[in-house]
Amino acid sequence: MKTDTSAVDIDRNKGDFFYPEAHVRDAGVGLSEQTVHYIADVKEDPDWVREYRLRGLKTFLEKPLPTHWASKDLEAIDFGKIRYYLSPGTEPKRSWEEVPDDIKRTFERLGIPEQERKFLAGVEAQFDSEAVYSNIKKAVGEQGVIFVGSREGLKNYPEIFRKWFGKVIPIADNKFSALNSAVFSGGSFIYVPPGVKVKHPLQAYFRINAENFGQFERTLIIADEGSEVTYMEGCTAPKFNTPTLHSAVVELVALKGAKIQYITVQNWASNVFNLVTKRGLAQENAEVKWIDCNIGSRLTMKYPSVIMKGRKARGEVLSIALANDGQHQDTGAKMIHAADETTSNIISKSISIGKGRATYRGLVHVPKHLKHCKNNTECDALLINSTSRTDTYPAITVRGTGNAVQHEASVSQVSAEQIFYMQQRGLSEAQAMSLSVNGFVNDLVRQFPMEYSVELKRLIELEMEGSVG
Amino acid sequence: MNELNIENLHIAVGGQEIVRGLTLRVPRGEVHALMRPNGSGKSTLAKVLAGHPDYQVIAGKVLMDGENLLELEPDERARRGLFMAFQYPSEIPGVTIANFLRAALQSRVPEGEELEATDYYAKLYEKMELLGMDRSFTSRAVNEGFSGGEKKRAEILQLAMLEPKYAVLDETDSGLDIDALKTVAHGVNSLRGPDLGILLITHYQRLLNYIVPDHVHVMVGGRIVRSGRKELALELEERGYDWAREGAVEPVYTR
Repeated sequence: MKTDTSAVDIDRNKGDFFYPEAHVRDAGVGLSEQTVHYIADVKEDPDWVREYRLRGLKTFLEKPLPTHWASKDLEAIDFGKIRYYLSPGTEPKRSWEEVPDDIKRTFERLGIPEQERKFLAGVEAQFDSEAVYSNIKKAVGEQGVIFVGSREGLKNYPEIFRKWFGKVIPIADNKFSALNSAVFSGGSFIYVPPGVKVKHPLQAYFRINAENFGQFERTLIIADEGSEVTYMEGCTAPKFNTPTLHSAVVELVALKGAKIQYITVQNWASNVFNLVTKRGLAQENAEVKWIDCNIGSRLTMKYPSVIMKGRKARGEVLSIALANDGQHQDTGAKMIHAADETTSNIISKSISIGKGRATYRGLVHVPKHLKHCKNNTECDALLINSTSRTDTYPAITVRGTGNAVQHEASVSQVSAEQIFYMQQRGLSEAQAMSLSVNGFVNDLVRQFPMEYSVELKRLIELEMEGSVG
Repeated sequence: MNELNIENLHIAVGGQEIVRGLTLRVPRGEVHALMRPNGSGKSTLAKVLAGHPDYQVIAGKVLMDGENLLELEPDERARRGLFMAFQYPSEIPGVTIANFLRAALQSRVPEGEELEATDYYAKLYEKMELLGMDRSFTSRAVNEGFSGGEKKRAEILQLAMLEPKYAVLDETDSGLDIDALKTVAHGVNSLRGPDLGILLITHYQRLLNYIVPDHVHVMVGGRIVRSGRKELALELEERGYDWAREGAVEPVYTR
């Protein structure tokens, strides 16, 4: 066990390092119209985007913090002390050799170029506010697939970009979508042409290096008719003493018969407020599937959603949350049925360790005039210690006849007898805990792509190692 | 000394003394049956040997091949060669028998070494064949939704795979119909040999028709009142525990 622990220490802190800042573009501290103009100037935004940003700022300032239903911990964010834009002021590179040394070393330490060689169809690497590297395998690019940063998407593909940008998640959806709309930078723009099935995943990696910083990436993925794409995102940040803010907006559009699978393994440092809005639109016979794993951060509020707008559209959210000491994972899913014969599935599993808190919030909406819609919701919580906490807030409104809804929820605990039984077979207490937890999430993890299920199991083991003793 | 040596053991549960001066030696290669009336002491002895934290050892020693067992953590005892077949084994939802056993064996290989997967599965299937088990059994989650018989067979499979030096079988016959009992007994018998010492804890003579012990001990009131060869079990069956208590060399306590 001794060597295990030391190996663990290295891994646990895998993302906990930073290099001196070398930013050329810096919007300074705090948020005002000047900040927004600075960002729009640096990015050479067209006028409609600048106006969009200003509307975002106005809405952000008008909307109160949602503390009437969400955690009061949100009040710990001082929006006046955050830095909203930092970048080296260069275009994203197409080869790792051209990426500045410190940044390149950062991503090498995180294993990104290696993963790219092994199993990815394309990679985008964002460092603070901007993508520093973005590349797609030649064969995939030749099929007409576009995979670039949001700025490049806006600049080079304005027709597709403008048609869908902000259409799935309006500025005023919530306070943090408004904030993102004001200061967004980075994130991915993906377009998959009709009938193209991208075999390997496209991946984005979001890295925060700077202190007192906010990262506001904006991702837009459009899968044209009959196409298929899988997108994966990962993230890390060093652990600073002051809060870091991450507030992304992700919009997915699956046109007729298209399939989008979006996978997140969120492993932010424990000082990060992770307040993210994610929503997909599924047209006729299309499918949007969110696989959402939240392991890190101080407070995460994230409820991936699917609007099933066309007949026979499908929506799915598979979600795993792990809340350790000092963490609150406030996660869930929203399924909006807006056409006949649409089906949705939510499976949520949370694990609370120590004083960690996991909250599930679910919304399922089926209006009266629809026929033959189905929803299945399962949410299971596992409590490791007596101090661990879980809450469930399901809101299901299913009206009309001929619609079916099924909801199951459970709370279980790892019992002392169970641990003793496993110890009697030779497993240490921590190994026993981690095996129980892996067993609890196993049926969900099996549905993940292999590379990610291995990574996730490893992360769970690391968390469990630290929780016993 | 290659034996499991229990010396003058006193055990309390919730402030009550349940085992009071138990002395017993199980050499490797022998099968010892410990018989006791129904409801006396429950699984106390087995759990203390395995290191359950709820039981308090007041006095006495337990040595495994000369090593003080009571100082070791439960998992350390297991890795050094002590196995306990539970009367009520826990469920581990979502963890298959194959994965569980693999993790258990992995905990026994030196640090930094990885258990060879092909060797592991070869061994697993060999043992299952020996025990007359279907291969699909190992892809089920440990004890989840198992019948009483399946749970006991899973325990015996674990015993076969982990190859301990000493095995304590705690009421392994309870809740089994005669066919399941025969299967389990067949499994235990096929594992008997010079490298394994077995302590069978039971209150039924029935099991001993199928697993014939080398020695039989009768425990009443928290200590051993009679020891003998396998015939003692039959005599006990015939004459009852009161007879056993009356014949005790020292006075015994009853509650």
